[in-house]
Amino acid sequence: MSIVVSPDGTASVLLKSPTGIAGLDDLTMGGLPQGRPTLLCGAAGCGKTLFAMTFLVSGATRYGEAGVFMSFEERSDDLIENVASLGFDVGELVAQERLLIDYVRVEPAEIEVSGEYDLEALFVRLGYAIDKVGAKRVVLDTIEALFSGLTDQAILRAELRRLFGWLKDKGVTAIITAERGEGQLTRYGIEEYVSDCVILLDNRVFDQVTTRRLRVVKYRGSAHGTNEYPFLIDDRGISVMPITSAGLVHKTSSEAVPTGVPDLDKMFGIGGFFRGSSVLISGLAGTGKSTFSASFANAMCERGEKCLYFAFEESPDQVVRNMRSAGIDLQRHIDAGLLCFEAARPSLFGLEMHLARMNRDIEEFEPSAVIVDPISAFRGVQSEIHATLLRLVDVCKGRGITAILTSLSLAADHVNESDRSVSSLMDTWISLTDVEANGERNRVMYVLKSRGMRHSNQLREYLLTNNGIQLIEPYIGPRGALTGAARLAQESLERAEELERRQLQEQRRRALTRKRRAVERQIAELQAALEAEEDEAVLEFHRDDEREGFVQSNRHAMATIRGASQ
Amino acid sequence: MNHDAELADDVAIPGHYNLRLYVAGQTPKSLSAIANLKAICEEHLAGRYTVQVIDLLENPQLAAGDQILAVPTLVRHLPPPIKRVIGSLSDTDRVLVGLDIVPLQDLPLEASPQQAPPS
Repeated sequence: MSIVVSPDGTASVLLKSPTGIAGLDDLTMGGLPQGRPTLLCGAAGCGKTLFAMTFLVSGATRYGEAGVFMSFEERSDDLIENVASLGFDVGELVAQERLLIDYVRVEPAEIEVSGEYDLEALFVRLGYAIDKVGAKRVVLDTIEALFSGLTDQAILRAELRRLFGWLKDKGVTAIITAERGEGQLTRYGIEEYVSDCVILLDNRVFDQVTTRRLRVVKYRGSAHGTNEYPFLIDDRGISVMPITSAGLVHKTSSEAVPTGVPDLDKMFGIGGFFRGSSVLISGLAGTGKSTFSASFANAMCERGEKCLYFAFEESPDQVVRNMRSAGIDLQRHIDAGLLCFEAARPSLFGLEMHLARMNRDIEEFEPSAVIVDPISAFRGVQSEIHATLLRLVDVCKGRGITAILTSLSLAADHVNESDRSVSSLMDTWISLTDVEANGERNRVMYVLKSRGMRHSNQLREYLLTNNGIQLIEPYIGPRGALTGAARLAQESLERAEELERRQLQEQRRRALTRKRRAVERQIAELQAALEAEEDEAVLEFHRDDEREGFVQSNRHAMATIRGASQ
Repeated sequence: MNHDAELADDVAIPGHYNLRLYVAGQTPKSLSAIANLKAICEEHLAGRYTVQVIDLLENPQLAAGDQILAVPTLVRHLPPPIKRVIGSLSDTDRVLVGLDIVPLQDLPLEASPQQAPPS
């Protein structure tokens, strides 16, 4: 809000009249200047009439302010039919006298001029219409049509000046639409008369893609967003995307959100992604980027959280079918209203338009997670893509939404141009790649970065199975990390070696046993021999003793006989 | 809307001019337009015209019916097609061109003016 000083010297807040157009009220800080005319200019087909009608319809339906639409170009019935495509039932509002459409036909061929005149009748008509419905909002679309019908420009300009003054006196908030002119805002220079607020609509074609843009050229007495903002017209009305002002003040969460692949969770220190973080999954064609995304979406929905899936390469049905083959049933989540697909070809509109659409869808669906598959489908100037993704990431972070963005890498050097430009925006980056060796191609993934947490640096091979993604325990051996058949071959080789070694050991063990038995046998034999010898010896000793005793007794007897003893 | 009730019935009589002059208040332009119209009609359409002067300040709802933008505006309702002349009608020639007034003696007796083949 801004302060203006009124003639009596007291400062008052500039009152604003909300347009009800999402985004425009933000960037004008409340809406159009109340009680003053606003000039809305743009080339043919920019959506001036729809813009102006939206202002009136939301005035009547949301802010309780009746309106008058004075059309110089389209007949009332045509007008009602045309805006029905935006979902407005103007016919009903007209019947309830909350809206009045006055078609002013200007037919140059029917008008002959003789003498002086003025446009008082236009004032009378407008005044009558305003009083009839008690209008607070007025649209003049496109008053420049008068220039083709009335040739006396001096009178016309004087009268227009008077008209805009008169509108101010009436206290109505007015939109005056005008065609964009060469070198000036409007073809007949009426910006000279309407100077409180000027909004420029633009419809630019770049590389065969059209983007609608809006710019608040001037807003007297109020601050306003000065950039060009993309806007969107579709069956849900008009929405403007004012998000370059986004400051880095997102709330951060320390909560972990599981990735949907249990093995992958283990690679992150906290067991998943941080809630509200942005995750980039980049990889070559066919490495399962969508499958990773769908696994995550599936896990979110299984916990009862909402997930919004922007598909830019496949139709929702196709994604659902394809994921079914990986054991992920997304259809039940769609039926439960937890998963919502928004599919569109990237070339359908420009980047900004996509952004505006995504922003609006996010606002409406309020998901906990968003998947953009893939961001590499966007074509355009690198800096614009970067800006678009930056805004998208900001929108998600601002709302605490976990965003998964997939990106197709084109070359084998996995860090391509678009990855590089967005890498700084991403909190977590999972790189999917493949290893070609020994005549086969194996999928390998690793966590390239993950802010604020410890994470595995291991290259992991993974398989897309009927039951989702499975990470394989890594083979880490003396010959480095191996994948696929090489890993299997290496493993069987090792198993064979192991077996051989075991057999050899067994053999040795048996030999040893045999030897021991032989030795033991030998010992036993020797022992037996020893024992036999011992027995022999004992017997011998005994015999000797006996013999000694005998000899002794003999000698004794001999002595006795000889009487030689004492 | 009582549009039809207030305005004269448009009955097609060959050669008859049904005119409406729209003004907004008694401004000098309005007054001069009324005076100029009276003079022109008396001179060129004596006896075969009706004129209604409508003040939009009193009947603003009538402005939309005849698609009036500027005042004064003179509308020729009959004979068809509808013709308009805006301004204070000070330039008589332009008024005659604008109203497509055909002198009485030029009227073919067997046909109404709008069906007359170009001679």
